[in-house]
Amino acid sequence: MARNASAQRTAGQEWLRLWFDERSRGLIYQLLVILGLALVVAFIVSNTIANLQRAGLASGFGFLFDQAFFDINQKLIEYSSTSTFGRALIVGMLNTVLVSAMGIVLATAIGFFAGILRLSPNFLLSRMVGAWVEITRNVPVLLQIIFWWVLLTGLPKVRESLSIGDSIFLSNRGVRLPAPLLEPGFEWVFVAFLCGAVAAILVSHWSKRRQNVSGERFPVFWAGLALIVGLPALVYWFAGAPLAWDVPKATRFNFRGGFNVTPELLALWIALSTYTGAFISEIVRAGILSVGKGQTEAAGSLGLRPGQTMRLIVIPQALRVIIPPLTSQYLNLTKNSSLAIAIGHQELVSIGGTILNQSGQALEVVGIWMVFYLGLSLLTSMYMNWYNRRIALVER
Amino acid sequence: MNSFLKTAVAGAAALLVAGAAHAATLDDIKKAGVLKCGINTGLPGFAYTDDKGKWTGFDVAYCRALAAAVFGDPDKVKYVNLTGKNRFPALAAGEIDVLSRNTTWTFSRDVDLGFTFIGVSYYDGQGFIGRKALGVKSAKELDGASVCIQTGTTTELNLADFFRVNKIKYEPVPIETNEEARKAYVAERCDVYTTDASGLAATKTTFKDPDAHMVFPEIISKEPLGPLVRQGDDQWADIARWTLNVLINAEEYGVTSANVDKLAAKAIDNPEINRMLGTEGSLGAMLGLRKTWAVDVLKAEGNYAEIYERYLGTKTPLGLARGLNALYTNGGILYAPPMR
Repeated sequence: MARNASAQRTAGQEWLRLWFDERSRGLIYQLLVILGLALVVAFIVSNTIANLQRAGLASGFGFLFDQAFFDINQKLIEYSSTSTFGRALIVGMLNTVLVSAMGIVLATAIGFFAGILRLSPNFLLSRMVGAWVEITRNVPVLLQIIFWWVLLTGLPKVRESLSIGDSIFLSNRGVRLPAPLLEPGFEWVFVAFLCGAVAAILVSHWSKRRQNVSGERFPVFWAGLALIVGLPALVYWFAGAPLAWDVPKATRFNFRGGFNVTPELLALWIALSTYTGAFISEIVRAGILSVGKGQTEAAGSLGLRPGQTMRLIVIPQALRVIIPPLTSQYLNLTKNSSLAIAIGHQELVSIGGTILNQSGQALEVVGIWMVFYLGLSLLTSMYMNWYNRRIALVER
Repeated sequence: MNSFLKTAVAGAAALLVAGAAHAATLDDIKKAGVLKCGINTGLPGFAYTDDKGKWTGFDVAYCRALAAAVFGDPDKVKYVNLTGKNRFPALAAGEIDVLSRNTTWTFSRDVDLGFTFIGVSYYDGQGFIGRKALGVKSAKELDGASVCIQTGTTTELNLADFFRVNKIKYEPVPIETNEEARKAYVAERCDVYTTDASGLAATKTTFKDPDAHMVFPEIISKEPLGPLVRQGDDQWADIARWTLNVLINAEEYGVTSANVDKLAAKAIDNPEINRMLGTEGSLGAMLGLRKTWAVDVLKAEGNYAEIYERYLGTKTPLGLARGLNALYTNGGILYAPPMR
């Protein structure tokens, strides 16, 4: 009995000790907060699910296998109105990836170009680029998309198209280009191109090693050009030019043949690239300015020309500063591509919206949107982080 | 601790049940003091703003009639402008009490989306409009044409069906609202614009040169347009359904906004009219409304014929003849069940 009571007392004292000990008290507080948070989340989730089921708003992903019944005008894979909703979503995802990839390439090119021009000693040039950057990055991108779309749909009507050599046609329905028709034998040209590219890489490695050892230089650029362009051209000629062109021809309403780039895609591409390009140019400028002036001077005193200094000394060091914010810009561009809905380019959000409306599966479609953009953004970040580590300054 | 957990679980469960409990739509509307009615973002004749900035039109008139049925006052309406895309989520989520936005009654919308269509207020069909200069006489000649469409509509689906069945190619140009689709058509981004025939007539009135355009003879679909409510509240669906039926029956019985007060003063020797206007029987009470609810409905904008002629008829810019939308007694298919 007495032993029992003393045991109880020690248990009580044990609790009190825990309470008065700062570390364990903090731990208890944190556990309580986590428990409360989990309860709140569980309540919100279960309540939401119950209410959604009551309103008949969530009923699973089975609809993805239903027939879509609607058409899509710009598609990278085979699709017709007899395909499924799921396939329509894939068409949308590919269109999003297409415009994002095109946008990232052009925005990077514009950004680097403008960023370097902005630092040009030529007063007029640097100020003009500066003005362009300020205007472009301070006008909402949605307005710019609409601006370019209005501009492009203001091009001549389809029956009065501007033509370049009677094979490329420019009208307010987009750019109609001849489509290449590959004939048997063309695969050898492709093989030649691959061989040329691999050889060019090997030559550049070899020349670098040789220069490190002997200081002798080798015309890598011209050799590479010969390998990558010359070799396939030679094979193409020997194989008897196995390539024909499907040239667009005017019909009653539109052009037939070739392939068409819609004004919606063009407007989106230009608007996203220039908008993001303006931001990138500032990042590039900051990156270049972050490289100490002494580096440039040292390069100059070693006899490097300004172009070489930029390419070999400044840019590699600037990249360390440029890459992380550049990643954010790429992610922004990808997400901004969903604004395409304003002008009717059929990417994921636009097609998803149509599916949402035709099938009534709002939550499922919104869920797919979120997962897709998250996945795409994470992939982009993963790649950029890998690249960032690769170019990081390795201290010896 | 154990009892605390039990209490917590019970409390959470009670909250869940409270959240799930279904309040009657009519009570909610009365409590709010205003009817939330979903309408178009702008379509001449059906839903547009007049020179004082007030929403008006054929679809709006139904909202007003329904508000009159509930409150006796047609002005107690809050209009919510919805696109083809966000109209259904808005209704499902309870942002609006009724959707009166030239919406086609289809199987999947009625059954799968969980809505109840309460009748047909306008029998329509999908057509095409194009420039006369194209020299096209029929929609079947549109092989290779670019077609502007509003996304998220039955129109988009009919269009795909039509071109598939006729084995001709086209380039769809999907656009979010009627207004932008119209602009794209005017800019000749597309050769033809397709929507419901009534919408084509409405859109044509807004062109600078309406005579340079023609509506093709083909009507490629059935488009019974009507108001709809959420599934699961039959009382509210009944009120919505019989408000529309009153408008149609009143035309058949010859009750107009001009003579309704006189006819409702005392019972006359037409029992149908008496039952409708509440001088005999108790139809209003069966719906949970006032005895004179139908009188208020008819005083809002008049009967079906009055509303039609005011917003869509041959004397309006739209100039739509009654056609299918005439009473069954006049060669149309408009027919409402009896008030009994």
